[in-house]
Amino acid sequence: MIKFVLMVNRQGQTRLSRYYQPVELNRRATLEADVVRCCLSRKKEQCSFVEYKDFRLVYRQYAALYIVVGVTDSENELSIYELVHNFVEVLDKYFSRVSELDVSFHLTNSSFLKTTGFVLQIMFNLDRVHIILDEMIQNGHIVETNKSRILAPLTALDKMTSS
Amino acid sequence: MPAVSKGDGMRGLAVFISDIRNCKSKEAEIKRINKELANIRSKFKGDKALDGYSKKKYVCKLLFIFLLGHDIDFGHMEAVNLLSSNKYTEKQIGYLFISVLVNSNSELIRLINNAIKNDLSSRNPTFMCLALHCIANVGSREMAEAFASEIPRILVAGDTMDSVKQSAALCLLRLYKTSPDLVLMGEWTSRVVHLLNDQHMGVVTAAISLITCLSQKNPDEFKTCVSLAVSRLSRIVSSASTDLQDYTYYFVPAPWLSCKLLRLLQCYPPPEDGAVKGRLVECLETILNKAQEPPKSKKVQHSNAKNAILFEAISLIIHYDSEPNLLVRACNQLGQFLQHRETNLRYLALESMCTLASSEFSHEAVKTHIETVINALKTERDVSVRQRAADLLYAMCDRSNAKQIVAEMLSYLETADYSIREEMVLKVAILAEKYAVDYSWYVDTILNLIRIAGDYVSEEVWYRVIQIVINRDDVQGYAAKTVFEALQAPACHENMVKVGGYILGEFGNLIAGDPRSSPLVQFNLLHSKFHLCSVPTRALLLSAYIKFINLFPETKPTIQEVLRCDSQIRNSDVELQQRAVEYLKLSSIASTDVLATVLEEMPPFPERESSILAKLKKKKGPGAVSVTELEDNKREGGELNGSSDRGPDIAAMAASNASTPSPSADLLGIRSAAPVGAAPTSAGSLLVDVFSEAGPAAPSLAVNDDGFLRDLEQPTEASDALLVEGSGDSDSAPPSEDPAAPLSEADELLNKFVCKNNGVLFENQLLQIGIKSEYRQNLGRMYLFYGNKTSVQFASFSTTVTCPGELQSQLNVQTKPVEPIVEGGAQIQQVLNIECLTDFSDAPLLNIKFRYGGALQNLTLKLPVTINKFFQPTEMLSHDFFQRWKQLSQPQQEAQKIFKANHSMDTEVLKAKLLGLGMALLDNVDPNPENYVCAGVIQTKGQQVGCLLRLEPNAQAQMYRLTLRCSKDSVSRRLCELLAQQF
Repeated sequence: MIKFVLMVNRQGQTRLSRYYQPVELNRRATLEADVVRCCLSRKKEQCSFVEYKDFRLVYRQYAALYIVVGVTDSENELSIYELVHNFVEVLDKYFSRVSELDVSFHLTNSSFLKTTGFVLQIMFNLDRVHIILDEMIQNGHIVETNKSRILAPLTALDKMTSS
Repeated sequence: MPAVSKGDGMRGLAVFISDIRNCKSKEAEIKRINKELANIRSKFKGDKALDGYSKKKYVCKLLFIFLLGHDIDFGHMEAVNLLSSNKYTEKQIGYLFISVLVNSNSELIRLINNAIKNDLSSRNPTFMCLALHCIANVGSREMAEAFASEIPRILVAGDTMDSVKQSAALCLLRLYKTSPDLVLMGEWTSRVVHLLNDQHMGVVTAAISLITCLSQKNPDEFKTCVSLAVSRLSRIVSSASTDLQDYTYYFVPAPWLSCKLLRLLQCYPPPEDGAVKGRLVECLETILNKAQEPPKSKKVQHSNAKNAILFEAISLIIHYDSEPNLLVRACNQLGQFLQHRETNLRYLALESMCTLASSEFSHEAVKTHIETVINALKTERDVSVRQRAADLLYAMCDRSNAKQIVAEMLSYLETADYSIREEMVLKVAILAEKYAVDYSWYVDTILNLIRIAGDYVSEEVWYRVIQIVINRDDVQGYAAKTVFEALQAPACHENMVKVGGYILGEFGNLIAGDPRSSPLVQFNLLHSKFHLCSVPTRALLLSAYIKFINLFPETKPTIQEVLRCDSQIRNSDVELQQRAVEYLKLSSIASTDVLATVLEEMPPFPERESSILAKLKKKKGPGAVSVTELEDNKREGGELNGSSDRGPDIAAMAASNASTPSPSADLLGIRSAAPVGAAPTSAGSLLVDVFSEAGPAAPSLAVNDDGFLRDLEQPTEASDALLVEGSGDSDSAPPSEDPAAPLSEADELLNKFVCKNNGVLFENQLLQIGIKSEYRQNLGRMYLFYGNKTSVQFASFSTTVTCPGELQSQLNVQTKPVEPIVEGGAQIQQVLNIECLTDFSDAPLLNIKFRYGGALQNLTLKLPVTINKFFQPTEMLSHDFFQRWKQLSQPQQEAQKIFKANHSMDTEVLKAKLLGLGMALLDNVDPNPENYVCAGVIQTKGQQVGCLLRLEPNAQAQMYRLTLRCSKDSVSRRLCELLAQQF
């Protein structure tokens, strides 16, 4: 199962953390710092899976943003790696529309993701990022991978509030 | 500013967030946050009732502050209020706050439960989902009690919306994990399994996590999920890349769901139904085929998703381990990945292949990739990939490629990362031992290991090489020569000095013929390293020197000179000083014969599991040792140890057998000297030294030798101790002043001492208790040694010995109180005088209490005083034996037991145990030479009890029949009980 999802910037500051197994508050900071150190110190050509204590970290970097997922060995690393990307694409789809920026859909060409704007969006809309994440992962298990269904509740929400 | 969500604005929040982001320093950030917290607190406490919007805004700010890593200790009540709002955004923030910040034992749970109940019955799918998320996230016992029966109904109800079903499935999973007793699946089982057929892929994705977990716990009840999972998988795998629309990810249909289905199937053996199995094999083949097809997209996401499925399919193939064709195909596919440019793929391929290597069908196929793997070990730029390569080399190693692999691993060690060196060293040591065909290669390998990575060579490794050299006489000369050469290096590792000292001390004579390695040259070489070594090594070297005096009388003056010099005989370290003094004295007063007896060559070590392997097993990791490997090793280890007919308790046998003191016994006043050696010292091995297995009376293993012996035996003792800790935490649990109940394993510990008198009775992380005992007639004396293994003193240390119940009138035990303080690393001794008044069955209890860092430790053990300790052996001829046997023919005088062998049935082992028992083992008495008969008299104060024993092994059935006839029926019964545990 998935133990936690972290979003961290290059300075090592946690921008979002979601735990699916209880971790005491005072231990979270230590864990996060440790995990971040583990991932940030790695080079591009190193593999994206790191053994960490009794579980594994799967991480992916988007410009200044790192997304780190802690998983037990009952998860498939590559599928988690792509789950992260799917998550980012959902965020991109949602925030690029909300901010009405003309961002091409394909992330590899996306300038949006590479700007701090993306991180800003996350910062300013933490509640929404949480909603998106909760639509995708619940209790450490993948629950939905279909982008439009993931965004459905949020879209409904936005319609409600704007009307 | 990027657009914050339109409409509900929450401008205050946006401003606050910008402020935080603009903070130049951590201090400024904290200041700003504290200001905001004060503001929110005053708003919450204010007289004016807040409207929903403001409440939401402030709760949201708190949430944000919390997510920045600050503790939040208020606002929970306001968040709970938000739950009952009818506005989605307010409700949602309330639930979010509660999910993130309320832990399961909060007092607010009752209020929260109420709100949840309302939302669950609201029939508004978004509200229901929020409530279900919340139950799942908090997952407390109270929530489980309130909702566990409700949720399965929501999950399978026909009119439940898909999104609610998804949340319900995972919510149920969470409750099942936290309170399995409350989630009763019974009537729902079949309907839950059929969710695999749900037309909505999202529902299947969520349900499969639940089903996987339930299947792992109740495989039989959920068996039907196999065929459903196979048909679902088959539909996905064979669908065109666009069929599944939004569940297709970069042209790969439902990759996450496919992985989960394959994972679920790994909970079960291959399907028995031929049709289902055929369909599954077809799926697996299709997946393997797709890997060979040209990619439908150049995007890495496409290939990653495809490969995620492929790796999961390969895991399933390996799990089944029954389709040679698929296994070999899997192996070839992984072989391709080994050279892929994506590091991630190489990493996963190496890891997957590691498990493939243990299958008999694919082991050979894996071996064909050896060159690629070796290359990976040498050239990969990522240490974690190199680590996987090392694991794989270890897994694919067998007799045919051991030399190559060990050589490659050794050469890699020179540049290996510090983080993995120790594990690498263990692996090399194990492979070298496991696949050693000639032992000179083994010795070379281990010495190389010490040379290259001496710091990482743990004690287990060098203990092991010595055990093997001692047990194999064909390699002793070679070992002496090689170690002598290795010691020539100007700088050599201390571990090398240890091995060198030990081996030359035992077998230096085998190379002394060559003038280049004459006795004096050997001695000078060893002694040149002496001053650079730590205390334990120096102690070992001193023992080697005294062995030299025995091996080479001509070195005596030189060595005595060395022992006599102030730096030895007045060394500030008590252990070194004691050894120097004793050895000097021993060498000057003992005759050559006595010396030769005392310093005789070490007897072979008993066969035992490699302690190195035990150590590697403790180190977690995918490359660690599997059970089969372990068994393999036992078998091969037996070969290695050579004489496997030697019993495991030679030392004990020697000790308890020798009831008449040998001339050397009191030569050095060893009995009084031993406790003196228990001065404070941090080195564990020295502390253990005192608990010598071989008692003072053992002729072939006098104290100097058993110093050696103990050094070597320490690791196994330590692993025994681990077992003890695992089962008995009770020693630290009860804080009461009453004596604790005896440890659960107290009987087991007692049983270990039925046939021996000396050894370690008990050990945990804090305390070690050693025992030495001797018995004569109906009297006994027992020395207890309490060793403090920590660096902190034990305060209020006290021990009491009690004879419970009727034992009081059967056994008389006297002792004096011990010192109340045991310093860290120190050891204290206690003497017990024991008198046997009449025969008895129970064992006296030893209660130990002390304070360690304030916590009261309280434990109770059984003292190994058993009736057989008071045996006097009686020799008799066949004719006499049978006459007495017939005399004791009343039914109650006989006790008989037929039982399965728990230990080796080897002749020598059995003899050793029977001798340890204290009776005389009679030869040529029983007409069947396979049987054993013994005779002895138990001495008590009041009477003597004659006992006869007959043990009939049945090697084929691995059974024994044990018969005892004694002049007193209670003795027959007790002895029979005691002995049935021993064989």
